[in-house]
Amino acid sequence: MGLLILKTLSLEPKHGWAIAKRIQQISNDVLQVQQGSLYPALQRLEQQGWIRSKWAETETGRQARFYSLTAAGRAQLEKEQEMWSRLSAAINLVVES
Amino acid sequence: MRWMNRLQKTLSTLFRRGSETVRLDEEMRFHLEQEIAERIARGASREDARREAMRQFGNPTLLRDEARSVWNWGWLETLSRDVRYGTRALLRSPGFAITAIVVMALCIGATTCLFTVVRSVLLKALPFDDPDHLVMLYEHWRANTSGNPYNPVAPGDFFEWRAQTHGFADMASYHYSNLTVTGEHGEMPEMVAAQKGTWNLFPLLGVTPALGRTFREDEDRLGDHHVAILTWSFFQRRFGGDPSIVGKTFRMATKPYTVVGVLPEWFAYPDARTQVWVPYADGETAERLQEHDNHYPFVVARMKPGVSLKMATDEVSAVQYRMHMQYAGHPVAEDVMSRPMIDDVVHEVKTPLLMMMSAVLCMLMIGCLNVSNLLVARSAARQKEMAIRGALGAGRFALLREQMTETVLLCAGGGAIGLLLAQAGTSYLKLHWRGLPRAASIHVDLVVVLFTFGVMGFTAILAGLLPALSSTQRGILEGLKDSSRAAGAGVSRARLRKTLLSVEIALTVVLLLSAGLLLKSFIQLRTTDLGIADDHLLTLRYSLPMEVYSKPEQSVAFSEALLERVRRIPGIKSAGLGSTVPGGGYDGDQVFIIPERPNYESNKQPDAMIRYADPAYFSTLGIPLITGRVFNEHDRLDQSKKILVSQELVKRYYPGENVIGRTIVMGTEITNKKRTYEVVGVVGDTLWRAGERTKATVYFPVLSGDTGYMSTLAVRTSGDPLSYAVAIQKEIAALDPQLPVIDVLTIPQIVGQSTINQSFSASLVLAFAVLSLLLAGVGLYGVLSYVVTQRVTEIGIRIALGAQRGQVLGMVLKDGLRPVGLGLAIGVCGGTAVGYVIRSLLYGTRPADPVVLTGMVATMLVVAVVACAAPAWRASSVDPMQALRTE
Repeated sequence: MGLLILKTLSLEPKHGWAIAKRIQQISNDVLQVQQGSLYPALQRLEQQGWIRSKWAETETGRQARFYSLTAAGRAQLEKEQEMWSRLSAAINLVVES
Repeated sequence: MRWMNRLQKTLSTLFRRGSETVRLDEEMRFHLEQEIAERIARGASREDARREAMRQFGNPTLLRDEARSVWNWGWLETLSRDVRYGTRALLRSPGFAITAIVVMALCIGATTCLFTVVRSVLLKALPFDDPDHLVMLYEHWRANTSGNPYNPVAPGDFFEWRAQTHGFADMASYHYSNLTVTGEHGEMPEMVAAQKGTWNLFPLLGVTPALGRTFREDEDRLGDHHVAILTWSFFQRRFGGDPSIVGKTFRMATKPYTVVGVLPEWFAYPDARTQVWVPYADGETAERLQEHDNHYPFVVARMKPGVSLKMATDEVSAVQYRMHMQYAGHPVAEDVMSRPMIDDVVHEVKTPLLMMMSAVLCMLMIGCLNVSNLLVARSAARQKEMAIRGALGAGRFALLREQMTETVLLCAGGGAIGLLLAQAGTSYLKLHWRGLPRAASIHVDLVVVLFTFGVMGFTAILAGLLPALSSTQRGILEGLKDSSRAAGAGVSRARLRKTLLSVEIALTVVLLLSAGLLLKSFIQLRTTDLGIADDHLLTLRYSLPMEVYSKPEQSVAFSEALLERVRRIPGIKSAGLGSTVPGGGYDGDQVFIIPERPNYESNKQPDAMIRYADPAYFSTLGIPLITGRVFNEHDRLDQSKKILVSQELVKRYYPGENVIGRTIVMGTEITNKKRTYEVVGVVGDTLWRAGERTKATVYFPVLSGDTGYMSTLAVRTSGDPLSYAVAIQKEIAALDPQLPVIDVLTIPQIVGQSTINQSFSASLVLAFAVLSLLLAGVGLYGVLSYVVTQRVTEIGIRIALGAQRGQVLGMVLKDGLRPVGLGLAIGVCGGTAVGYVIRSLLYGTRPADPVVLTGMVATMLVVAVVACAAPAWRASSVDPMQALRTE
């Protein structure tokens, strides 16, 4: 979940609902993000210092909390991407042998 | 920067928790509204969209809490909530809370107080430089196999040690003296306790004076120039704290002494009574400084780095043995023994203090058990509350934590008050326990406060864990269904309480037995027969300065004039003079030779305690004359080579013989005519101190004109002795206005002073025991009341079926007294064991003393029966119809 959120935020700041929607979209509805896991994950990432939050207006004029990636978060994203590709490659090797 | 972001988040979750939670709420709401809007955009109606979105979303509050649970500081929030709930619960039952806090306050207070004393007196290092390397050196006689092996060091021996050995970095010596300080401008003359110390004593200890300097080597010499160092208290009291006294002179022992320095305020060695220090050689003669057979000074030594204590002591011991061989026939010891300086300072109070510490820990346990019992009782009332909370989802650990928080609050409250009580207690002990070594250094500091916290935590766990565990156990649901008709958790709770009570009573009995033994021992000590008729006696002490009363005729004239004047005072039945009275201390001994049997085994030369007495001494004090006669008028000056001996001397050295008319030679030269005396009478034995065995005594006549000893005037009065004090002192002042008088005391007062350690031990342990007895009694009452309440229906049925009230009373009493019986049995065994451990403190009392045993067991039983009486009576007067109707 953390990797997905970091990646989603790597382009531009989003609020919680938008993050959930985007992940759903990009994965062709395979990954349905539950609120019960999304928001705790967001709090955890913010506590770690990978993302920071700010209250701002949306296009429709409502107040929402926007999350954005910090510099350290960007570095963490790269690290996690690299770890994930190594992990998935290894699993692939085992599964398809 | 990452750490800045993290810090920001951490701080906001700590300080703005509330508003952050509101923000989360808003975020959830926003998300939900987006979902609704999305569904509406896809064509659903407002109502359907709303319902659908909410179903899919879930419980917003739950989601918010889940997100929130990730935050730091969760534990802090739980803690503050527990404390708030705990405080509220305690405030709801103020009686219980106050009782528990009071019990805890007393127990923790006493424990902290005693810990403070033990720490300051026994554990803290002496306030000197590198105190672990300071030792005391003593001489040791091989013939001395029992009693105290540590003997003071003769001056000649000390100087040889210092000159000839190299195992110690340095050695210094000091001894007690008393000097009369007279005023320049008509102030009262005063006799002060002084110490004479070698010039290197203060540098050896590492003591720097508050004002001025310490002695120089050239000042510690025979000569006419006299210097002195004042202690801080003397400096304040006599000289008003005026720093300009350094360099000025004051008159002591009729000579001018120049003040070279003032000691710092904290310096109270060897005891707090010492007022002034003078150099070792001050006022001495060359012969006295070279004596090898007169043992009164003490020696301090500093260990050399790299040299073990044993090696250094053995080297000194070898030197001493050489001297022993060199002066064979004289009382010169063979060996040298060493003892760490701290042991030397505290050895008299070490065992009593440790014993009191154990007693107070016992009391602490009893207090904890008592509070534990109260908590178990309270948990009965909250049974249903716990069951409902458990059903609503509270984990066992959460319930446990909440109950423990309440206990911790109680113990914290008790501990805070206890700390204040401890402060008061230590002040009281410092003031009233005279003779407590290092008393000035006793104070409550950070370590003591930390110790109190530790005790608070310990008591919280001890008192609270068991009740908390038992009230949150499995089968909580049964509690919901429990009614007093069924057995249920009530019985197991009652059993738990009875077990706690048994342990409590066992500990109480141990304390009671210890207190009883100590009390009996103390009473025995206080009422010991000293060998005199100790009622209506007043004693006063003075010392005739040798410079003024240099001729024997002068001192004889003074003594006779004083006795004549005092005897004329109305109400004085008789008056006598002597060196010391029985109970007043040792006052020195001398070896002697029995001319008929001049040979003796090495170093087992006969010795006797030395006393001076005038003709009326024995009749005034009530010491019986066994055979022969006491001194008379004619045994004076040149005709005074007569002595009296005590029965013990006859028993030891002349068993079965007639000693009247024989001669005894004092000292070690059989041909010394000047010290050859004729025995003219045998008098009864006396004790030189309450609690010590009698010692063979030789009495010399006061009218011989010998000086150089402290005199005691003893008068027998009709009526209260102390009321004659002023009149007698006036007569003394009339004869010699410059003569100060000290220690105006009755015999009971003298004995009281010498038994002060035992007095405090006994009183404190007795106080603890009484308090514990009270706690045990109250605990027993509580438990039995609870049991009766539990069994009310059963009792109602029994009475309805025909049981007599008496039978019910007996049944309940038996139920209550069973844990008491168990506790008594264990306690008696434990108490007797403790009695054996402390037998070194007991005087005239065996550890399994039957009087004490029966007395204390009876006390416990009486208290137990009284405590059980009310609940048992209530049980027997239960109305069966009422009982059966209650749920």
